[in-house]
Amino acid sequence: MRVELVRRPHPSALYGALSPFLALLITATLGAIMFAILGKAPHLALYAYFIEPLTEVWSLHELLVKAAPLILIAIGLSVCFLSNNWNIGAEGQFIIGAIFGSVLPVMFPEFRGPFVLPIMLLMGILGGMTYAAIPALLKAKLNTNEILSSLMLVYVAQLFLDWLVRGPWRNPQGFNFPESRNFHADAVLPEVISASGRAHYGFVFAIIAAVVMWYILNRTLKGFEIRVMGQSPRAGRFAGFSRAGTILTTFLIAGGLAGLAGISEVSGAIGQLRPVISPGYGFTAIIVAFLGRLNPLGIVAAGLVLALSYLGGEAAQISLGVSNKVANVFQGILLFSVLACDTLIHYRVRIAGRPSAEGQGV
Amino acid sequence: MSDTDEPPTLQNTLLKVEGITKTFGTLKANDRVDFDIVPGEIHALLGENGAGKSTLVKMLFGSLQPDSGTIKWRGQPVTISDPMDARALGIGMVFQHFSLFESLSAAENIALSLGGEVSLSRTAAEAKRVSDEYGLPIHPDRLVGELSVGERQRIEIVRCLLQQPELIILDEPTSVLTPQEAEKLFATLEKVRREGKSILYISHRLEEVQRLCDRATVLRLGRVVAHCDPRAETAKSLAAMMVGEDIHDVDRRKAVPKEPAKQQPVLVIDDLSQPPTGPFAVALRNVALEVFPGEVVGIAGIAGNGQSEFFEAVSGERLQDRPERIRIRGKNAGHDGPSGRRRLGAAFSPEERLGHGAVPGFSLSENLLLSRHATDGKTYVGALGTIKSRALTSALERIVQALDVRKSEADPLASSLSGGNLQKLILGREFDRAPALLIANQPTWGVDAGAAAHIRQEVIDLARAGSGVLVISQDLDELLEMADRIAVMSDGRLSETIPTETVTREALGLMMGGAGNGEASAKNSPMLPEGTI
Ligand SMILES: Nc1ncnc2c1ncn2[C@@H]1O[C@H](COP(=O)(O)OP(=O)(O)OP(=O)(O)O)[C@@H](O)[C@H]1O
Ligand SMILES: [Mg+2]
Repeated sequence: MRVELVRRPHPSALYGALSPFLALLITATLGAIMFAILGKAPHLALYAYFIEPLTEVWSLHELLVKAAPLILIAIGLSVCFLSNNWNIGAEGQFIIGAIFGSVLPVMFPEFRGPFVLPIMLLMGILGGMTYAAIPALLKAKLNTNEILSSLMLVYVAQLFLDWLVRGPWRNPQGFNFPESRNFHADAVLPEVISASGRAHYGFVFAIIAAVVMWYILNRTLKGFEIRVMGQSPRAGRFAGFSRAGTILTTFLIAGGLAGLAGISEVSGAIGQLRPVISPGYGFTAIIVAFLGRLNPLGIVAAGLVLALSYLGGEAAQISLGVSNKVANVFQGILLFSVLACDTLIHYRVRIAGRPSAEGQGV
Repeated sequence: MSDTDEPPTLQNTLLKVEGITKTFGTLKANDRVDFDIVPGEIHALLGENGAGKSTLVKMLFGSLQPDSGTIKWRGQPVTISDPMDARALGIGMVFQHFSLFESLSAAENIALSLGGEVSLSRTAAEAKRVSDEYGLPIHPDRLVGELSVGERQRIEIVRCLLQQPELIILDEPTSVLTPQEAEKLFATLEKVRREGKSILYISHRLEEVQRLCDRATVLRLGRVVAHCDPRAETAKSLAAMMVGEDIHDVDRRKAVPKEPAKQQPVLVIDDLSQPPTGPFAVALRNVALEVFPGEVVGIAGIAGNGQSEFFEAVSGERLQDRPERIRIRGKNAGHDGPSGRRRLGAAFSPEERLGHGAVPGFSLSENLLLSRHATDGKTYVGALGTIKSRALTSALERIVQALDVRKSEADPLASSLSGGNLQKLILGREFDRAPALLIANQPTWGVDAGAAAHIRQEVIDLARAGSGVLVISQDLDELLEMADRIAVMSDGRLSETIPTETVTREALGLMMGGAGNGEASAKNSPMLPEGTI
């Protein structure tokens, strides 16, 4: 006996549209089972996890704080994925963006003024781009596998940041804690509505990025090029599009957005550099990109959902006393369900005997 | 199975189709189609592009589901929900568009469809045996991506035969083959028929249908318009049944340029040599050619002798070592990509429609942009790189009108067009530009007789209006009909051109075997499709 996937000739359009919601439903169900096994009342646990964070203004702000980097990164990743470039290293591009952007407030704290912040943001973008250019150039010139090279560069970036904040960039007034100096007021990304909560302009950047990228992908020649190269590289070459050019462009877009997310997070949410500045946004954004169907507008919704899984994890830790690793479990289940739903919409499972024997049986 | 209880007539029919209907949107691709196949017959399915032939056979093979109607196999109603069901029944199919994985070897492709129970080496040996037995030379170890269409098709046929089907469906098997290759295929098919198996045969070449087929079913606009004995008909009467009217002959008025030497050539290829792109690709050797305005130059040759490599070199998908190797309207273009060459006035129509000339999952208007964004940038692309979709749809409308492209909705996906209609669109996209130079590889592959005549006429008219045209084709008749001069490509070399008036089929046939250029042929078998040894 053999289990195989058979392509459906006509995948259902309805289920295609419903797929993300189905995946969420499956995730919630599996989550309930998981809580039951942990000995918690499933309905209370799910409430604490998914609903409670949405009932208070301050935690809605927290939701946006968490969603901003996820959305920014995922939009860049979707551009890469659409063009068949598998950039898995957004986490590293995020970190390098944060480091580049922090050069000014950390190394030149006396340098003040209204232009500090724009320079920091641009530096952040530049940092992410530079870091993404490495796997891109390696792929374009030497045909290296971008999945491996971009992923490994994440660890390099993490260790580099760790070394920086323990060594040269350690806060001179920081009692030897592994942290950079606190950003001065001009270097802090302001809150959108400072009276009610912490949500900073990073979320605004995310929304702008989503709209702009949606337009580029669906309405411009560049977006056309990216989609052609992803679906049919040979036709792309015939059209006169350059493979290397597309690799580089898409990686730079992804790196730039990840870098912007990185500096926004450090300057808007944290206020200094620390050894760890991301709870894995760069990886979670991969889930966001797929849950959002690689569509920038879908990604905004997906980013909010995944942000909720982080918040719920924290909330569940407090109110239920479960480990906040539950958030990771949830994200894993969600990615799994998304991929499973998509696969089952395009393929059906068939349990086959020996086909050759079957063939002779007639 | 209780076959023995069935009345003899039913037992005799292998496959019976009753009232099959299939609708795409508002288009009835098949409308109450009836026909049957008996064991040991070759049954032809005829009809113009978009008549619904591929749709019908896809339902027999389980890759599409009928909306209504029944399929009976040996008298029993059956539901064929996917190709595996079809194979289990004993139905094999060779698709119009190939379904092989390019990055796998021939043997691996075959093993995949056998279900993985058989070892690769045994599959290769089996495939070799079948290929010898039926006279279908294949190389099991070669990557499919490196092979010519002719050989890819042989792989598909061998793969199909390996499963010992009772009914083999062939969707336009000869449209990519040279006459010699087709001849071999016919021998194979007749052998298969002698073994008592049946064949359902789709082709636009009526002569071969008359030679080969015992019965024919003719479709027009999705309906059966006739069941007939093709041998009792003439090619003309068959064509008239398909189209509902007579087909015009191509009018090849005399070439305009009296003294081409005085004119500037639109295309100069100067001693072009290049190493092979892959282990099984063909090297180009000292290819030289000039194309003048007002003329059609034909390149004949057996597939796999460097035509695809030549096309990619001329189109700029592969660049040359020196810019002056290729000159378009007097400008060095050897270092320009396809866009640069298009801007110089060239237009290209590649051999493979899906995945090379068009992106299957994109709409037709988007596919229009594929080859037009560089030259008609102002028309179709606005400020900030915005695509002007309205301009695209109106251009699409124009092209569809000009070449009579049949489709099911206003702007469908390229993959939903019938093979011939997509071909018309890809060529129409270039005609619409009135290019100074058109280079077309297999321009009428899979196009029905009426549309093929139309396309050839368009090509000739384009040339007579002052453009230069280079046509690469395996179809000698087509070249003799269109071209003013013909050269032969063999083993990556191109012969001198010969004026069509003085050329004979025999001479061309000899040159195709590699005896051109006054060189003795090193090959003992001129039929061998690959030029690399
Ligand atoms: N998946 C699809 N979706 C929508 N329309 C389709 C689809 N497949 C085929 N059609 C339409 O159905 C009609 C019949 O197509 P089909 O491929 O059966 O033609 P055909 O007789 O094989 O033509 P050809 O000789 O050009 O291969 C065409 O008008 C085509 O546009
Ligand atoms: Mg067809």
